[in-house]
Amino acid sequence: MSEVMIEAQGLTKRYGPQRALDNATFNVSRGEIVGFLGPNGAGKSTTMKILTCFIAPTEGTAKVNGCDIWRDPIGVRSAIGYLPESTPLYTEMLVAEYLEFMGQMRGLAGPALHKRIKRVVEETQLESVYAKEIRQLSKGFKQRVGLAQALIHEPPILILDEPLSGLDPNQMTDIRDLIREIGKSRTIIFSTHNLAEIAISCTRAICIANGRVVFDATPAELENRKPLRGYAVRLDDNSGRGKAQSVFGGVYGVSQVSLRDDGSIEVLVSGGQDVRAQLARAAAEAGLTIIELVPLRASVYDIFRELTLDPSAAGEIRARSLASDDEDDDDDDDDDDEDE
Amino acid sequence: MPTNFQNTLTIASRQFRGYFNSPVAYIVVCLVLAILGPLFWEPFFLMGHASVRQMFSFLGPLLAVAAPAMSMGLIAEERRSGTLELLLAMPVRESEVILGKYLASLGLLAVLLATTIFYPLSVAQLGNLDWGPVFTGYLGIFLEGAALLAIGIAASSVTENQLIAFFVSLTIGAALAVLFGWFIPFMPTGAVTDVAQALSFEQHLESMTHGVVDTRDVIYFLSVSSLALMLAFRALESRRWS
Repeated sequence: MSEVMIEAQGLTKRYGPQRALDNATFNVSRGEIVGFLGPNGAGKSTTMKILTCFIAPTEGTAKVNGCDIWRDPIGVRSAIGYLPESTPLYTEMLVAEYLEFMGQMRGLAGPALHKRIKRVVEETQLESVYAKEIRQLSKGFKQRVGLAQALIHEPPILILDEPLSGLDPNQMTDIRDLIREIGKSRTIIFSTHNLAEIAISCTRAICIANGRVVFDATPAELENRKPLRGYAVRLDDNSGRGKAQSVFGGVYGVSQVSLRDDGSIEVLVSGGQDVRAQLARAAAEAGLTIIELVPLRASVYDIFRELTLDPSAAGEIRARSLASDDEDDDDDDDDDDEDE
Repeated sequence: MPTNFQNTLTIASRQFRGYFNSPVAYIVVCLVLAILGPLFWEPFFLMGHASVRQMFSFLGPLLAVAAPAMSMGLIAEERRSGTLELLLAMPVRESEVILGKYLASLGLLAVLLATTIFYPLSVAQLGNLDWGPVFTGYLGIFLEGAALLAIGIAASSVTENQLIAFFVSLTIGAALAVLFGWFIPFMPTGAVTDVAQALSFEQHLESMTHGVVDTRDVIYFLSVSSLALMLAFRALESRRWS
């Protein structure tokens, strides 16, 4: 394992009796691009705010770039480039003024500052709006300005809260490419509730639901975790599909057989059982020839639902608040408004 | 609290420019001048001697309204818009943020007071103006304004609503700067009156407008300012634990 850049140990944040974050533990190593997933109000923003020392955890601790969030918040902040949710900027300033100000806040000055401004403006392609007021910019450009300020001090770690939300597909592609480009040389954590992002942009996904880390794995592992729903079976032209339906229906473990429009037969299994051998045998005995057998897996959305709604995965918190389900969403209001 | 003064200055300079990027600074300065004009000149000719003491006694109550307007947005607006979260993700201390904002508001106060220099200059044309009390008067009114702004920034730190910040600091500021002074003559002698007298900004400003700088008055204004700034700092820091 390479160098650990972020080390979160049992982070818990309580707001009164509510737990926004419940014993979250995870590590992020140098060079990883980690996607934070989870429903609105799950604790993603809370985790990020703790890591940037904007709020303190009720329990637990974290180390960022070797600095403890309790003992050395300034060290922590120096190592992080941060883009908060919904990109708050001083909209009355010019892009140029803003980047200069943020650079100065990062301790840059003189020629070094201007060199860095020039560099991030190139990186985030802000040349065309450099002399404009931020309030005149489109959402996509504002997002770039936010990224530019996060990059200005060449931080080893970037924390981006919902960097892709509210962007149109083109802007999204641009920002995503930018993140991937930046991620080649840095450690990045970004939150999203767009599940497709995991496969596209991340080297690892951490899923948080009801304040708990319910999943922490690579996209490949997530892929494998998708439960088996059944098989799409294709027969040769001489085999009757109607007959097959009754034959496969008799195989132990098969829950449902239906004919699909594309000419194949959908065989659903219960409990993810592997019934390929039985299907082949049954087909052979009935004089049918299978020429193709494709496993059907649940989508990433199903897993997400399973992970975030499964009471056993979410633990007692969930059980306790089942009666008033929506209260989980309230604790992080800013998460909520945004994507609808 | 150790402070990196460079950070404080960076924040102060952005905020100071921010004042003039928004209408607040212009409105405050113009309103103060517009109200001060008639208030000042009317009794001036009746009194018949060259002094600007009147101006300072009007500036006190005017600042009690102007200072909350100047300070209401300092923290509250950043909190509302979310920029506070980004500002505090910089390697800065809360104290540096508060001090920087405070310095910017002192800068605006200085600009505001500088625009009133026109009054003593005009008076000096009309008669034989003694500049000593003018300078000490400006010192006094600056200290009073500084205390009011510190109260304002404390109010601005506890809410994300500028209007609430405005009314909280207006209430406290008006009590200290104006009301105590009004009521003291009608109050019976006793402990309460003594306390009101000790707290009243007017009482502490009085001797400075006569040209006498009493260390106790200076220390009083500085104490109020420090106390309020400390509160602002604590309020900003408390977000971490809420």
